[in-house]
Amino acid sequence: MLDNNDLLMEMQRRMLRIRRFEERVIQLVERGEIVGAAHSYIGEEAVAVGACLALRDDDWITGNHRSHGHPIAKGGDVNKAMAELLGKSTGFCKGKGGSMHLADFSVGILGESGILGSSIPTAVGAALGSQLQGNDRVAVPFFGDGASNEGAFHESLNLAAIWKLPVVFLCENNQYAVTSSFKKMVASENISDRAAAYNIPGVLVDGQDVIAMYEAVSEAVARARAGEGPALIEGRTYRYFDHSLGLNRIVRDPYREDEEVEHWKQRDPIIIHAKLLLSQGIATQVELDALESEIAAQIDEATEFARQSPYPEPSALFEDMFANPIPLE
Amino acid sequence: MTQVQTETRDITLTQALNEAMREEMRKDERVFIMGEDIQSGVYGASGGLAAEFGPERVRDCPLSENAFMGAAVGAAAVGMRPIVESAFCFMWVAMDSLVSQAAKMRYMFGGQVNLPIVYRASLYYGGSMAAHHSDRSYPIFMHIPGFKVVFPSNAYDGKGLMKTAIREDDPVLFCEDRTILGSRAFVPEDDYAIPLGVADIKREGSDVTIVAIGGMVPRALDAAETLDREGVSAEVIDPRSLVPLDKQTILDSVAKTGRLVTVDMAHKTCSAASEIAAIVAMEGFWSLQAPVQRLGTVNVHIPFSTALEPLCYPTAESIADAARTTMS
Repeated sequence: MLDNNDLLMEMQRRMLRIRRFEERVIQLVERGEIVGAAHSYIGEEAVAVGACLALRDDDWITGNHRSHGHPIAKGGDVNKAMAELLGKSTGFCKGKGGSMHLADFSVGILGESGILGSSIPTAVGAALGSQLQGNDRVAVPFFGDGASNEGAFHESLNLAAIWKLPVVFLCENNQYAVTSSFKKMVASENISDRAAAYNIPGVLVDGQDVIAMYEAVSEAVARARAGEGPALIEGRTYRYFDHSLGLNRIVRDPYREDEEVEHWKQRDPIIIHAKLLLSQGIATQVELDALESEIAAQIDEATEFARQSPYPEPSALFEDMFANPIPLE
Repeated sequence: MTQVQTETRDITLTQALNEAMREEMRKDERVFIMGEDIQSGVYGASGGLAAEFGPERVRDCPLSENAFMGAAVGAAAVGMRPIVESAFCFMWVAMDSLVSQAAKMRYMFGGQVNLPIVYRASLYYGGSMAAHHSDRSYPIFMHIPGFKVVFPSNAYDGKGLMKTAIREDDPVLFCEDRTILGSRAFVPEDDYAIPLGVADIKREGSDVTIVAIGGMVPRALDAAETLDREGVSAEVIDPRSLVPLDKQTILDSVAKTGRLVTVDMAHKTCSAASEIAAIVAMEGFWSLQAPVQRLGTVNVHIPFSTALEPLCYPTAESIADAARTTMS
C-alpha cells in the first residue's frame, strides 16, 4: 500500500479539480458560453490522475477529444484550460484549439486530437526523440476503447515494440465509442490482451481505483525509463454522461441500461478514494471539506478569468500557421 | 557514393539530394532519416547514409506509414529534425498523420510548437507502374494549409532546396520526380541553400511565359527550343516551391509576354497549374493577350500499357502546341 500521504491527497485534489471543472463546463455549455462539442470526463478521473502522477513533469502525454481531464491531471493551468474552452486569447492555444485540442507544451502536453488514434503516433515519436536524445523521458498517449480499433494504434504498438521506445500506451476503456459497446466492437475480451500480439506487457487495471492506476503506470514507466520498451495499460472505467454533452437529446434508443450507469456511479473514483483517505486516517472530513472549498475557489477563479479574458483579435487569424511565416490570404 | 572532387562536376538529382542530407546530418545531430528500406538505399537518395550515420539516425521502418509519419511529428515536437523518405503513393495511408497532425498541430495549438520535418515524396510516374504507384497528387498539400511544398527540377536546385527544407522549422513536402532523378547538372561543392518562394527563370523569352513544375521543366525547355526555331520566344519559369509561391516573378513575366502556359504532371483539375492560372487570371488579367493554357495529366488513372501511359502527361509537343495556341 502506498504510504506517501501527500501523494494520496494530491490524487484526491486533482480528481476533484477535474470533476468540478467538468461540472462547470456542463453549466457553461447549457448557458451557451461554451460552444461546439464538449465531451465530459466525469467518472474517468482516476485514470488520468493515477497515470499522470506516475509521471515526471518533463514526461509527455497526448490526449483525445475527451481530454479536459488530462491537462489538469498533468498539472496544466486551469485558468488557461477554461479560457481555451471559451475561445479566448488567454487559452492554452489562444482560442484556436478549443475543447478537443488542448495542449500545454510547458507541462509536457503535446496535444490532443479530435481524430481518434491520431495522437498515438505523436507520442511514439516523442519517445523516439527521448531515445535519440539519450534522455529517459517517457511518453503516454491516452486513448479510448474505440481508438484501439484504429490502425494507428496497432502500427504504433508494433513500432514502439520493435524499437523498444519508452511509451506507456494508456487505453481508457470507458466501454463505449459514442454508442457502440466495446464488447461488440473489440474482438478480444480485454483491450490489454492486444499487447500479446506485439510482445509487450498488457495490464488490465480497475480504472476507478486511482492507486491501482498509479501503481500499474509507475511500474510500466519504470520499465520504459530503463530501456525495456513499451507497455499497454487498460484502465477499465466508465463515463457517466453521453459521448458528448447534449447527445442525449439526439440519441433515440438507449444504448446502455440505467442500471449499468447506476452501478458504475456506485464505484465513483472520488468517493472510493475519499473513503480510503478517511479510513486510513490520512485525511479528516474537515480536511476534505477544505479541499472542496479550495477547488471550488479555483474553478470560480478559472471561470472568471476565462470570462474576463479578451477574444483573439481578427489579426490572430493569420498567426501561428508557420514558424517561418509566408504570405497567406 | 563517390563524390566527384572537382569544381565543375555534374551530378544527378539523386546524388545532389544525398549530398544535401549527408552534409546537413554532419552539421546537425538532430537530423535523422526514417523510411522503408533506406539503409540499403533501395530508392536511391538515402543510399550510403546508414554507413556513415548508423542505423539509429538512418532508421528502417516497418510498413506502417501512418505510424512513422506521425512519429516524425512527435519527434519534431520534442526537438528532433526528422526527414521521412517515402513515395507519394504511400502517403495516402498516412494522410491522417500528415493532415490531422503535421499540418494542423502548430496552428491548432496556437503556435506552441515548431515541426521541422521534411517529408520526401517520390513521384514514380512515367515508368509503367500503373495506377497505384504513379501518383502525382502533390497539389493536395498546397490545398491543405500547413505544409511548405518544394519541387526541384534539377540537381543544382535539388541540393539547395533540400538544405533549406532541412533547416526549415515547418513541415515540408519535398517532391522528387523520378523522371528527372537521374538527370545531371552542375552542382558546386560549396555549401549553398536556395530560399523557398523564389522562382527561377530557366530560359528568358519575350512572347509567351511557360510555368512548369518539376519534371515538366525539361519538357518546357525542349518546347522552348522548338518554338525558338519557329520564331517564338518562350520564357520558362520554374517556381521551385509551390508553397510559398513566387507569384510576382510569374506576373512580371506575363506582363512582359502577355501569354501564359502552365504545365503540371498532376491531374489537371485543381493542380498547381490551375492555381497559377487562377492567380494570373485575377492579378495579371490586363496583361493577357490570349486565354491561359493549362496543361496537366488527363483526368484518368495511369494505365499500365505503354500504348496508353504516354498519352496521359504533357509532353514537349503538347507544351509547344499550347504556346502556339496562345500565339494564334
